[in-house]
Amino acid sequence: MFKVEGITQIFGGLTALEDVSFSVAPRSITGIIGPNGAGKTTLFNIVTGLYTQTKGQVYLGGKNISFFEPEILARLGLVRTFQNVELFGQMSVLENVMVGLHTKSKSGIFSCAFKLPGQIKEEKIVRIKAQQWLEFTGLADSADVAACNLPFGKGRLLEISRAMAVEPQIILMDEPAAGLNSRETAGLAELIRKIQALGTTIILVEHDMELVMDVCESIVVLNLGKKLAHGTPREIQENKAVIAAYLGED
Amino acid sequence: MLCKIMMKEKRQILIFALFALIILLVPLFLKGNYFLNVLVFIGINTLLAVALNLLLGYAGQISLGHAAFFGLGAYVSGILTTRFPVDPWLSLLIAAACAATLAFVIGFPILKLKGHYLAMATLGFGIIMYIFFNETVDWTGGPSGLSGIPNLRLGPVIFDNDLNNYYLVWIITLGVMLLSINLSQSRIGRALRAINDSEVAARVMGVNARILKVQIFTVSAFVSAIAGSLYAHTMTFISPTSFGFNFSVELLTMIIIGGLGSIYGSFLGAAILTMLPEFLRVFRDFDIVIYGLMLILITMFMPSGLIGGLEALFKIIAGKIKWSAARNV
Ligand SMILES: Nc1ncnc2c1ncn2[C@@H]1O[C@H](COP(=O)(O)OP(=O)(O)OP(=O)(O)O)[C@@H](O)[C@H]1O
Ligand SMILES: [Mg+2]
Repeated sequence: MFKVEGITQIFGGLTALEDVSFSVAPRSITGIIGPNGAGKTTLFNIVTGLYTQTKGQVYLGGKNISFFEPEILARLGLVRTFQNVELFGQMSVLENVMVGLHTKSKSGIFSCAFKLPGQIKEEKIVRIKAQQWLEFTGLADSADVAACNLPFGKGRLLEISRAMAVEPQIILMDEPAAGLNSRETAGLAELIRKIQALGTTIILVEHDMELVMDVCESIVVLNLGKKLAHGTPREIQENKAVIAAYLGED
Repeated sequence: MLCKIMMKEKRQILIFALFALIILLVPLFLKGNYFLNVLVFIGINTLLAVALNLLLGYAGQISLGHAAFFGLGAYVSGILTTRFPVDPWLSLLIAAACAATLAFVIGFPILKLKGHYLAMATLGFGIIMYIFFNETVDWTGGPSGLSGIPNLRLGPVIFDNDLNNYYLVWIITLGVMLLSINLSQSRIGRALRAINDSEVAARVMGVNARILKVQIFTVSAFVSAIAGSLYAHTMTFISPTSFGFNFSVELLTMIIIGGLGSIYGSFLGAAILTMLPEFLRVFRDFDIVIYGLMLILITMFMPSGLIGGLEALFKIIAGKIKWSAARNV
């Protein structure tokens, strides 16, 4: 189980998040929606240890992970993708996923430089596993392409492949459908369900309402840093405050 | 897929073997002793360029003070062997260990900094060390330098002539080159390149960027100090001017001209920057100006350095050959 409790984030004079609390059931798909600037990405940055919140706690499986570093969180099985795709551009698609497998291997500088037998074995396993993740997301054909030369849609898929290679308990996706065409978005919905079927909990920040209503079991609505509502897609669609917030925005 | 990767690995081994073979055979064709002397310096500079490339080319962390580690290696080795009855080989190891320890200690605070701030901090470190070399006259001999440093020896072989020094320096340099190539193809090499491309994403994937940066900084200092020690024992005389800011910039120029992140590029850059002053007199008076010009031109027109340019050229030629071969069939 994943839970945030009373998260508040103040940047200078700006309150980006104010007392946000909600919990997420294991193996569920939860959507976080809200107008631009609502604080969705800020929440992800806090949860993944990139920002230090002004106040509030984060729990993963009963453990308080409030002020953990991102690299520790990855080992605990919490990963994310980025709204502004953050790929390792100079590396190949396969190598990107191999970095995702970093926590699954342990050779140090010395054994890597001297190519000790254990390292060679480990490298083979990592390579095969990375290849399998590319097959899982449908990127296997692009394995040798430099990540910076990847078309945008595939870049988003690579972010997901790389994060899944960590074998997370929970994956946070920040607008994975942004910039995708409708065919790619349909493929993404399918992929999200496949990830859930592996037993992974998913939190999805997304502006594409069709996708959110389609895949999410529960939805949290943020507006101006505050939690506006939390419920099933149907409840959210009928919620007056939510409708007002969205209409008011336009 | 796997088969393709194995072929790539085989090709890499072949390229390295060929490179090593050429390097080891070169002295047989060189009767003129003078040029062999230049080649010894190219070897030492290649070693330094590879060390800096591990830090800047792989991990993307700049150092404007790397000459300081080179100098530290030279002075520790020089002082231990001239003022104490320490064996030169042992002094080489102690010198490298000293530089590595220093890098490890200053690495934690310094490598938290990014971009310009890191450049400034390493620059400051280089200047402080340079002042030390100059001012601790009782130990280093100050501006007039430290002389009478003994040569390294191995059984009956004394490394006191260009031919022996050539093999001494180049065998160590080739070894470090091979280890660096291995590293770049490994879990650690990938993690370093990931930090270079996006430190945030690397950390989210579980890469401990802070520790890894300090580790590679330490290794880089260790190798630089070995180069310094080799320099001291082959030259038998050292003075602070070799280890100042200008030389830090020269090292940076080498790897940027040769190609960031490329081990053979490090060699290419080191070779060019070592040879130019030997052949062009003007270079000696205006060196820092010419380095500046080269840096500007390369970063503008050949961002992946000469080695990147050569690779592109090679691909075009290979493409043409394939194309005409296909036409002939
Ligand atoms: N590092 C920061 N420093 C100062 N202000 C910030 C910082 N990060 C975010 N903000 C501010 O916090 C608010 C919330 O931003 P956030 O990026 O979380 O919104 P979002 O919900 O992800 O929006 P979008 O849908 O456009 O991605 C914005 O007003 C933003 O300008
Ligand atoms: Mg956002």
